Amino acid sequence: MLNVLAETATGEMLEGLKAIGAGLGYGLAAIGPGIGIGTVVGNAISSMARQPESAGMVRTTMFLGIAFTEALALIGFVVFILLLP
Amino acid sequence: MSATPTSLDAPEVSIARDLARRALIISPIFLLIGVAIDGVGGLISSGLALALVAFNFFLGAKIISRAIAISLNTLYGAVLFGYLIRLGLMAVAVLIVRNADWFATVPFAITLLITHLGLLIWETKHVSLSLAFPGVMPAKPSTDNFQE
Repeated sequence: MLNVLAETATGEMLEGLKAIGAGLGYGLAAIGPGIGIGTVVGNAISSMARQPESAGMVRTTMFLGIAFTEALALIGFVVFILLLP
Repeated sequence: MSATPTSLDAPEVSIARDLARRALIISPIFLLIGVAIDGVGGLISSGLALALVAFNFFLGAKIISRAIAISLNTLYGAVLFGYLIRLGLMAVAVLIVRNADWFATVPFAITLLITHLGLLIWETKHVSLSLAFPGVMPAKPSTDNFQE
């Protein structure tokens, strides 16, 4: 009886640890792209402030840069889905 | 292949629209891969991933075009908070459907990652980095009406 209880508790604990790991992994994976997006947008803003006439071109590059950087977060998202119990 | 942007389009919105159009073009391939991996469940999961990718691009573009009309400071805040909101929305969307019988993780994950990166790489070939036509490269003028 005790053995059964211990096995159940271990299983539940494992499930819980998996869920915590998935959440932590997703959160940690989002930090890097967050910093990257901040850099991209910051530089784009300073370009637009210096040369407002090139704003359209800068916005195009900025949008693609943000989307590429976000792909890293998506990798973390996929790991999150795969780890979820 | 390139769409003709209207003068009213913000560059990022025209790019997001073009990305969605390209997602539609490649969707049969990923839907077939989904079917091959997990049958009907894989088909629906791949479709969901394609829809999420397109929605993510559109929402990002809309946030930028709205925020930039206000100020550059607003743009910075909106992009960073928009990033968090979009990630949160995607997580919520998956958490809602993940316990459904039809949800297949592997086709969803494959489609999400490959489509997002693949579409972006494809789009970079069709983006115009000129002052005159920011956004999607304008279509080449037709030579049908050309008269010597």
